[in-house]
Amino acid sequence: MTGVVPAVRVVDAEVRVGGRVIWSHVDLAIEPGRFVAVLGPNGVGKSTLIKAVLGVLPLAAGRVEVFGRPAGEGGRDIGYLPQRRSFDPSLRVRGIDVVRMGSDGDRWGLSLPWGPRRRRREARVAEVVDLVGAGDYADRPIGEVSGGEQQRLLIAQALVRRPRLLLLDEPLDSLDLPNQASVAGLIADISQEFGITVLIVAHDVNPIASALDGVVYVARGGAVSGPPDEVITSETLSALYGTPIEVLRTRDGRLVVVGQPDAAHHHGGAHGQGAR
Amino acid sequence: MTGALAALGVADPLAGPSLDPLTDLHQMLAYHFMVNALRAGTIVAVLAGCIGWFMVLRRQSFVGHTLAVVSFPGAAAAVWLGLSAVGGYFAASIAAALVIALVPRSQAGRALSEESAVIGTVQAFALASGVLFVSLYGGFLDSITGLLFGSFLGVSDGQVTALGVVAVVVVVALAAMARPLHFATVDADVAAARGVPTRLLSIAFLVLLGCTAAEVSQITGALLVFALLVMPAAAAQQLTARPVFGTALTVVLGLLVTWLSLAVAFYSPWPVGFFVSTFGFAVYVAAAVGRQVATRLRSAPRRTPAAPRPGPEGAVGA
Repeated sequence: MTGVVPAVRVVDAEVRVGGRVIWSHVDLAIEPGRFVAVLGPNGVGKSTLIKAVLGVLPLAAGRVEVFGRPAGEGGRDIGYLPQRRSFDPSLRVRGIDVVRMGSDGDRWGLSLPWGPRRRRREARVAEVVDLVGAGDYADRPIGEVSGGEQQRLLIAQALVRRPRLLLLDEPLDSLDLPNQASVAGLIADISQEFGITVLIVAHDVNPIASALDGVVYVARGGAVSGPPDEVITSETLSALYGTPIEVLRTRDGRLVVVGQPDAAHHHGGAHGQGAR
Repeated sequence: MTGALAALGVADPLAGPSLDPLTDLHQMLAYHFMVNALRAGTIVAVLAGCIGWFMVLRRQSFVGHTLAVVSFPGAAAAVWLGLSAVGGYFAASIAAALVIALVPRSQAGRALSEESAVIGTVQAFALASGVLFVSLYGGFLDSITGLLFGSFLGVSDGQVTALGVVAVVVVVALAAMARPLHFATVDADVAAARGVPTRLLSIAFLVLLGCTAAEVSQITGALLVFALLVMPAAAAQQLTARPVFGTALTVVLGLLVTWLSLAVAFYSPWPVGFFVSTFGFAVYVAAAVGRQVATRLRSAPRRTPAAPRPGPEGAVGA
């Protein structure tokens, strides 16, 4: 590593939830501007890793730094998209109001309907809505637009304060394939154009594979990280899980991971998982 | 009585409205109790509108109703003990708000079913206690009807002042926390990650809701609080999804319903709570039907097949 302060640095970290160790001895360094996926089967603590970086989850050991500062102090630098989270169809809140919340939703008091601060906010909100291509539906109640459109609005919300790090927890989950591809492409473009570091939790690596600079593979107990070609291999994953795992590459370049145990029923033997 | 009224130049209300608005208004305002009823109704309608908009958005109508129902035994107990009924309303509602706030929520309001079971239990017990206190007091049937279904007779000057002071405090507090509360309501996880104290806000809102329920109960009665707290807000949310405009519309609808109800109740023997509920219901139905019609009309010509979005094409695994 050069002298650059890493965007995210995890040093020998351990997290316990309800006394149970989720993972331990995790080390990680992500350079600024990288696009990194957090992969692994269900229930191994991928979201937990995101929350630890966000600073909302106390560590049992080790430390997490964001741009050289302890996690939790980098609030304004981080745009966060929690796992979700689809809005109730009857919720009467417009998409653009949800984006505005990303700008000043945490401020006390009412916002003045005039003045430079208001103008700056409106200009920035319009800019990010445009950036994610949500102009056509931002004025509709957010529960009425499609899952992909909601996800774009939420990305706009995360971007509105010009974060340097985006933490995205399964943003592609529950989207259909064309939407997965277009939302993944949008995130990759934003990362590249503005030099934003992206840490994205994914269930399936394929929609984002072409944009990835690195992956963090989380298993029960620990994690390995590195360039995708080095981590998503039969050898690395077999060593990580302690059970034979095969990584196959289909003719069109998709990755299929076979034999990866789900944490929920790890004694159940091999499961096929990966490309859909 | 009629003679005295005639001497004042005021017609007897029991003779019915003249249907000339100015004459009728003049007649109503000649009575001090009616002036106080309009003052109190106005204060309560504005307060209920502001709080009600958030309550409907937060889907806490059931909680709001419960806090109002709890105010009934509070007021009944206060009357029985010879204390001020107004104090009883507030003490009971705020105490109940704190109790409900302490019911642990597992994950950002997802334990709704458990919460509503607790709330339902509290509500039933509160009603029963209220009936007991009224019996202990040995009061007339009138007093229990007033507590449950509302009364606009005999709102004292002191009561109007108390309503006004509490309303100002609640509205100012709500304005101060409006943005973070809106954020926490719509998007609790992200709000929490941004440092918004979501738990504290939810407790604070319940206390404000308790104060409001206690105020509204004094006009509409404990059982018909829905009329002012829920109906205008629900109607406004049918009509608009804009937060500021929606809140303003809620207040306007609440004021119209209140003023109209008081005017009609003035000329009628039935309790004011009935009219508030009826007009509130009419407004809600009109708004819901209007929205359905508007959606039909708008979506009919605009339904075009989903146009390809200008977004980047994902170069996935190709």
